[in-house]
Amino acid sequence: MKTNDVILQTVASVSAFIILTFAAYLFFAGHHEPGGGFIGGIVIASALVLLYLAFDMETVQQGIRVDYKILTGIGIGLSTITGVGAMLLGYPFLSHTFEYVTFPFFGEMELATSVLFEVGVSLAVVGATMTIILSISEDV
Amino acid sequence: MNNLVILPLLIPLLTGILLIFFRKQIKVQRYVTTLSLLLLLAVTALLTHQVSIEGPQTLNVGGWEPPFGIVLVADMFAMLLVMATVIVTFCCMLYAFRTVGEEREKHYFYMFVHFMIVGIMGSFLTGDLFNLFVFFEIMLLSSYILISLGGKKDQLRESLKYVLINIVSSMLFIVAIAYLYSITGTLNFADLSVKIAETGQDGLITTVAIFLMLVFAIKAALLMYFWLPGAYVVPPMAISAMFAALLTKVGIYAIFRTFTLIFYHEAVITHELIGWLGVATMILGGIGAVAYWDLRRILAYNVIIAVGFIMIGLAVFTETALAGSIYYLIHDMIVKALLFLLGGVMIGLTGTDQLREMSGMIRNHALLGWMFFLAAFALAGVPPLSGFIGKLLILDGAIDEGFYVMAAVGLITSLMVLYSVMKIFMNGFWGENQLSVEDEKMSTKGLLFPCAILAVLSIGLGVGVEWVNVYALQAAEVLNNPQVYIDAVLQN
Repeated sequence: MKTNDVILQTVASVSAFIILTFAAYLFFAGHHEPGGGFIGGIVIASALVLLYLAFDMETVQQGIRVDYKILTGIGIGLSTITGVGAMLLGYPFLSHTFEYVTFPFFGEMELATSVLFEVGVSLAVVGATMTIILSISEDV
Repeated sequence: MNNLVILPLLIPLLTGILLIFFRKQIKVQRYVTTLSLLLLLAVTALLTHQVSIEGPQTLNVGGWEPPFGIVLVADMFAMLLVMATVIVTFCCMLYAFRTVGEEREKHYFYMFVHFMIVGIMGSFLTGDLFNLFVFFEIMLLSSYILISLGGKKDQLRESLKYVLINIVSSMLFIVAIAYLYSITGTLNFADLSVKIAETGQDGLITTVAIFLMLVFAIKAALLMYFWLPGAYVVPPMAISAMFAALLTKVGIYAIFRTFTLIFYHEAVITHELIGWLGVATMILGGIGAVAYWDLRRILAYNVIIAVGFIMIGLAVFTETALAGSIYYLIHDMIVKALLFLLGGVMIGLTGTDQLREMSGMIRNHALLGWMFFLAAFALAGVPPLSGFIGKLLILDGAIDEGFYVMAAVGLITSLMVLYSVMKIFMNGFWGENQLSVEDEKMSTKGLLFPCAILAVLSIGLGVGVEWVNVYALQAAEVLNNPQVYIDAVLQN
């Protein structure tokens, strides 16, 4: 018997965007307000899990062609390389710096290298969470 | 500031990350592993040289001054262990290339080995208690996977026990850190040492110290070794050898670091307790080593005996005895790896680990036999070989300070060690040859080379005592005189 989950699928595709937006907000809020790379990554993963729940695995994997194990590798690689970068410039490992830059339209913004580190953390969290969930579900 | 200090953990970390992308290309994985370990060897040799000339090297990670930031400290004690770790890993990997099997290699085997090395190196080099915890976890998580990788029934059973015990002990570690932080308000080793020296080590701090000792004792298999024999028997031999040579040594290092640098004021309570724990460990480990007829278990119990013996050096707490402990620690890392690798070849040839089912192997494998003989004598502490000088210094210190019982137990268990490994030698190599070359389950091609490297090193450590002693004394001096360490961390 085939169940009709059109309501679930419609709601999921709309709310996945809302969740991803919230994840982006949490990620960028991290420096001055509660939030950051870890929770941002977890929320991104939760949006993906919602899509996997509403649709079947093949459909989502056609839409999002990402190997999550590789994503984890890219994530920790990026975080480590931000540390190595400081070393190459002659500072202690993992030294971070920041700069105020004026952008057109957005105005003055603070750019910090620790954001790159946090991007790495986010990618690693998304990759690890999704690898765990997908490899458990594949076995069944 | 010296960025070289971070390289021993950065190189394996980057290599591990790189290996994620080459999962299916086993050849690439092997080349990258070999190259990165050779590079690591060069870097640690350079850093050790620097430490021997300029004293302890520190790196304030992120540029924050200690005690506010994280500091990495490379003193001679840490560097000697880092060196031994790299050498042991290199030999075990050469051995693993031929024995571990394609199935494991395709499932991130080398990546997890590298991450385990990151954890071990980090534990040796960190100057901060909470960071020690984090690096312990990196090491343990990788070791959980390396024990269970392959998914055999007994591997899953033993890894379940191993994981459970280590999770409980990690939680105790966190609680101990929380207590210590609430009492002193700092977690930096040097700063802790200064604060405790100022206020005096009262009953509360001594209690926390014993609590921490309990945690490290579980990791180092000091009396609380119940998890060890099972966990070291199930994984492939290259991994068992790495575990035996490295994992318990990290716990021993942590005990030495905390009880020479931070909690050294109440030696009558804490250090005597460590000594008696060591005595009990030696006796029980000795009984285990003598009792079994199963090659892997005998070797696993020998790991436990060595832990007890090294602790006597800390209980005695003089510069001679500490130098002896350091010497014995390095010798033990190399010889344990050697014994496990040779034992692995024996098991591989005969297809069994029961001593009663093997005999006469010396007829076809003379080199293997005599290398095992050499390793057995080195382990027991026969003079020209590496185990002698460490034992001598520890016993010398123990008798000078009047720890006669500990010295006596140390000597008696040396006999038990000798008996247990000679039992393997006599049963495995002497007697009627039951195994023709055609019946052997695998060839020894390429397997004896890494063993030979370790054997030569073991002889070198024994014969070249004068040369190594310079470094061991330097390491003992820092352990015996915490001010050197504190100055290096806090005043630059």
